Amino acid sequence: MLRRHKWAIPYALLAPGVAWLLVFFVVPMWYLAKMSLSEGLFPFFSFGWAWGNFHDAVSSYQVQFVRSVEYAGIATAIALVVSYPLAYWIAFRGGKWKNLFLLLVIAPFFVTYLIRTLAWETILSDNGLVVRTLQHIGILSSDGRLLATSAAVIAGITYNFLPFMVLPLYVSLEQIDGRLIEAAGDLYASKPLAFMRVTLPLSLPGVFAGVLLTFIPAAGDFINAQLLGTPRQYMIGNVIQSEFLSVRDYPTAASLSFVLMAAILVLVLIFARLLGTERLTVSHA
Amino acid sequence: MRFVRRHILSAYAVLALAYLFLPIGVVVAFSFNNPKGRFNYTWEGFTWKNWLNPFGYPGLGGALKVSIEIALLSSLFATILGTLVALALVRYRFRGSATTNLLIFVPMTTPEVVMGASLLTLFVNWKIPQGFGTILIAHIMFNVSYVVVTVRARLVGFDRHLEEAAMDLGANEWVTFWRVTLPLIMPGILAAALLSFALSIDDFVITYFNAGSTITFPLFVWGAARVATPPQINVIGTAIFIIAVTGMLANIVFQNLRLRKGALAA
Repeated sequence: MLRRHKWAIPYALLAPGVAWLLVFFVVPMWYLAKMSLSEGLFPFFSFGWAWGNFHDAVSSYQVQFVRSVEYAGIATAIALVVSYPLAYWIAFRGGKWKNLFLLLVIAPFFVTYLIRTLAWETILSDNGLVVRTLQHIGILSSDGRLLATSAAVIAGITYNFLPFMVLPLYVSLEQIDGRLIEAAGDLYASKPLAFMRVTLPLSLPGVFAGVLLTFIPAAGDFINAQLLGTPRQYMIGNVIQSEFLSVRDYPTAASLSFVLMAAILVLVLIFARLLGTERLTVSHA
Repeated sequence: MRFVRRHILSAYAVLALAYLFLPIGVVVAFSFNNPKGRFNYTWEGFTWKNWLNPFGYPGLGGALKVSIEIALLSSLFATILGTLVALALVRYRFRGSATTNLLIFVPMTTPEVVMGASLLTLFVNWKIPQGFGTILIAHIMFNVSYVVVTVRARLVGFDRHLEEAAMDLGANEWVTFWRVTLPLIMPGILAAALLSFALSIDDFVITYFNAGSTITFPLFVWGAARVATPPQINVIGTAIFIIAVTGMLANIVFQNLRLRKGALAA
């Protein structure tokens, strides 16, 4: 019985999980797509190819779109610069403690997201140590503040998505065969040159995955802007959230969601292209 | 020169770890604060009272209970569903495996706000009242992908010879699965369950869209943050942190012990 229907086994194993994702991920996306082309007021929406929703959404919230890409882009870049040496250190110097160091990297993120962000509110507050120090050494003016500025929102985003950068970087660095780096040294490459020509190119898949996994949630985030910023720092996530839950203008919110996903997709493709061509030039140089 | 460079990198790593733990230190410290007003932002003095009465703030205990129930149920279901999918993807060649991989991958790269919104649209369309059930549905959904990825990583490095040996010794497929395969991939399954528990208990965005009038711990923190931030929030946050880290540590120690036992047996 079991042997005769062997072809069916994988489908039987897949069925429950795949069905769950189809019904509660794919089907909702379909409804969201329909909603983005609907008209009407809550709770009576009717589908009608209302492409104008997209035009209105983009023209009304252009500022927030640009800001989201800007904040998420800066935060991702900072996260990459902060994470790479850390991941490198764990992968090549961690020895038998690698797992423990990885745990140390992930551990802070077991404190609830919102509580972590509220802690940053305390750290960056007007009477906090950071602001006073920066005022003292003259980087901030005496009435300057960090909270409620773009810097605070970007700092919060950078921090909150850091493990999504560190982990893929670590995985790709850890897989590198140390003998390749030794070989570069045997062929008289200096350490920096060996890093540039061997280690860095081999870790690019990790860089790509890390950038993707950081940038995407960062671009859709609204918590950091809400808790660490003011409406002047609001991102597209804040708009989608309030259009859905306060204004209840579902069609506008749905079209904003799709524009956000399309924008992310385009940026990811451009980035993949850039990274791909860079890798080619490195290997041909 | 090499010595100096080695230490520069180590010093950097220590600084980076300190940066990661800075806000956690603040959370822990402020769980011992004795704030005068409703907000817990400035240090007013040390007290044990928040820890002695962690549920002293109205609504906090109930919200935490809901969060734990949803985290337990969703990680249980997601671990079962995801492990089965991972087994199918690694063990069998079949039509549609590429599409399945895509279906697993896409939810992890979709902004939470969009996933929350699309589920809300679904529930509104199907006239399903939002509450505990819809939160649970959503959490199982976003956890499945993470379970598949975690368990798959464990299955890929799996030595098929062990199963063949069991079959040679007369075990049928079913017995082989329960006695050989499952125990060997257990650390992966356990890690996946822990990860989904952590993701579930921490989730705010998707829950926010689909909670109706049900309040989870993150939703409670969100609501409270507007009117007050009782230090009990920090107490619960610290407690969840300690429990989760202990669980992860236990998993690492458990795996190392198994490795050592395996090495001795070999």
